[in-house]
Amino acid sequence: MTWMESFRTSWSAVYSHALRSMLTILGILIGIAAVILTVGLGLGTQLDVSAQISSLGSNLLIVAPGSSTSTTGARGGFGTSATLTIKDAEALTSTVNAPDISGVAPESTTSLSLTANDTNWTTTVTGTTTAWTSVRQRTLARGAFFTQAQADASAAVVVLGSETANELFGTQNVVGQSVVISDKTFQVVGVLATAGSDSSSNLDDVAIVPFSTAATDLVGGTASNAVSTIYLQAASDTQLSAAYQEADALLLNLHSISSTDDADFTISSQDALVSTATAVYQTLTILLTGVAGLSLLVGGIGVMNIMLVSVSERTREIGLRKALGAPPWAIRRQFLIEAAILGLSGGILGAVIGVVAALTLPAVIGSSIVVSPLAVGLSIGVAIAIGIVFGVYPATRAAKLAPIDALRSE
Amino acid sequence: MVEPLTNPLEADAPGPVIELIDAGKTYTSGTIEFEALKGINLAIHEGEYVAIMGPSGSGKSTIMNILGCLDTLTRGQYRLGGTDVEELDEIELASVRNQQIGFVFQGFNLLSSLPAWRNVELPLVYGHVPREERKKRASRALERVGLGDRLDNKPGEMSGGQQQRVAVARALVGEPTMILADEPTGNLDSVSTRDVLSLFDELNNLGRTIVLITHELEVAQRARRIVWVKDGAIVRDEVNAA
Ligand SMILES: Nc1ncnc2c1ncn2[C@@H]1O[C@H](COP(=O)(O)OP(=O)(O)O)[C@@H](O)[C@H]1O
Ligand SMILES: [Mg+2]
Repeated sequence: MTWMESFRTSWSAVYSHALRSMLTILGILIGIAAVILTVGLGLGTQLDVSAQISSLGSNLLIVAPGSSTSTTGARGGFGTSATLTIKDAEALTSTVNAPDISGVAPESTTSLSLTANDTNWTTTVTGTTTAWTSVRQRTLARGAFFTQAQADASAAVVVLGSETANELFGTQNVVGQSVVISDKTFQVVGVLATAGSDSSSNLDDVAIVPFSTAATDLVGGTASNAVSTIYLQAASDTQLSAAYQEADALLLNLHSISSTDDADFTISSQDALVSTATAVYQTLTILLTGVAGLSLLVGGIGVMNIMLVSVSERTREIGLRKALGAPPWAIRRQFLIEAAILGLSGGILGAVIGVVAALTLPAVIGSSIVVSPLAVGLSIGVAIAIGIVFGVYPATRAAKLAPIDALRSE
Repeated sequence: MVEPLTNPLEADAPGPVIELIDAGKTYTSGTIEFEALKGINLAIHEGEYVAIMGPSGSGKSTIMNILGCLDTLTRGQYRLGGTDVEELDEIELASVRNQQIGFVFQGFNLLSSLPAWRNVELPLVYGHVPREERKKRASRALERVGLGDRLDNKPGEMSGGQQQRVAVARALVGEPTMILADEPTGNLDSVSTRDVLSLFDELNNLGRTIVLITHELEVAQRARRIVWVKDGAIVRDEVNAA
């Protein structure tokens, strides 16, 4: 009996029990599609996140208060005493001490309510310097960013994000309008061009004011000089690590800290953020894939179940084939191929459905799904393997049937 | 060696193709033992047409299963073509069934999902005959049994007599040395019975060894030798005078 012959026999068995075969295939199909989708979603999210982090701006370093290297001791951090101040940011602009840093944009952020006419809208009010647009790589859709003169004068001017403008005025054509923030009237001088959102915030729902204005009119008290983040731009790609070292040395010196290990601030680069985010999403992907893999296991048990039914239902046929000269291996092969066909069909259909879903779903759920050919190939392989592994026991049972007992069965 | 033997007792005949020596079979189900064959001796030579005759429950099917290598003895010896079948492993037994034996069962035992010619070619499939030749030989065998126009019919689309003729075609397609038929006419009407029995006559005339199991005297009398079985023992072994 040739392989082709075994295959033909097995195929006709699968085909002649179409409904039952379809249901078995469905079990595998769902598992395979789920694996392809979860792996694709995981990879896609990783890509999205790295793209978002990269969109923060090129050659960017981010200085944040608090230590990332140690959990011991009181070194300050988010929400505790202000460890990063506008003084730090000013020091970093020095072309003597930090020649590789070409741009410095400190940010102090507060969530505040804005009022225009009778409309209220709460958003993140950011106090910063004029370098902000170039460091954060933002452009203006209307009007202009506030000027150095306005900053020096602590002028009551504000630049709105496109969404903020829409929420407050119903239009973006708002240059020259007034907005009340914390009882003080600000004049809108510009509206930012749309930028989407990054992993933590909506970049289009913001209100940007001069740092000095924020410090005097919006924050006040001891916290008024504090900044929540300082964005640094290196002069070029190759100067990134030099810029890092300059910033580190300068800030340690300013804070009178002798060892990097004791630093009360953290400098991170996009690379570091990307790899952290990637690690998180990788773990998540592995977990989800494990869950999807479980459904594959259930599908495999379905194959075994159906194969056992198939064997006991066809005991007489097995007996007859043996009487006509089928050796045990031919019977075993016939049932193994049958199980493999179920697995393979489930694998291919599952791959097709998984890929189609991966191509259509992103439009609906808004996050990318990456179809990796490796994942598709692997899961089809796994589907066949599942068919065979779970088919071994039923096939061996069929092969071991004594011809006479099989023939006698009714 | 196609020369038909008319007299099994002929002294200078070649060694028997089938030889049961003190053959016993005891069925055990749980603690209950049942001795279905009580040490029988039987020799059948190539080209013989033997009927095994006896009432229901006398052990005829047991004999047929032993002769067809479908079941094993619990006592004594079964020699097929001079070889003790006990020495053969499962794969060799499969090959013996495939090459040397053609079965015809009372219940036809056709695969209902396959058309007639595919049922008939089954022994050739396991005998490694190439595909094109299988179809040719299956068609020829079906023509021999008068079903040349029913190659593509499934068993469900045929009468009992036609189905049994398909089964006969399947038994002869591999050109085995012997044909074992267990009550082949048990489910057939008289016309179909006559058809099937005349097929056996023809096959035997061509030199095929035939062992026909039946409980009907009328059927047994088509054979040239009748072996009478009762309660697991041979009670009479005679050349059919009729
Ligand atoms: N597998 C079995 N287990 C137990 N007893 C059996 C089995 N097969 C047959 N027998 C018994 O052996 C006896 C002979 O059976 P069988 O050879 O089928 O008779 P026949 O074909 O002449 O009607 C019967 O009494 C039957 O009940
Ligand atoms: Mg019987």
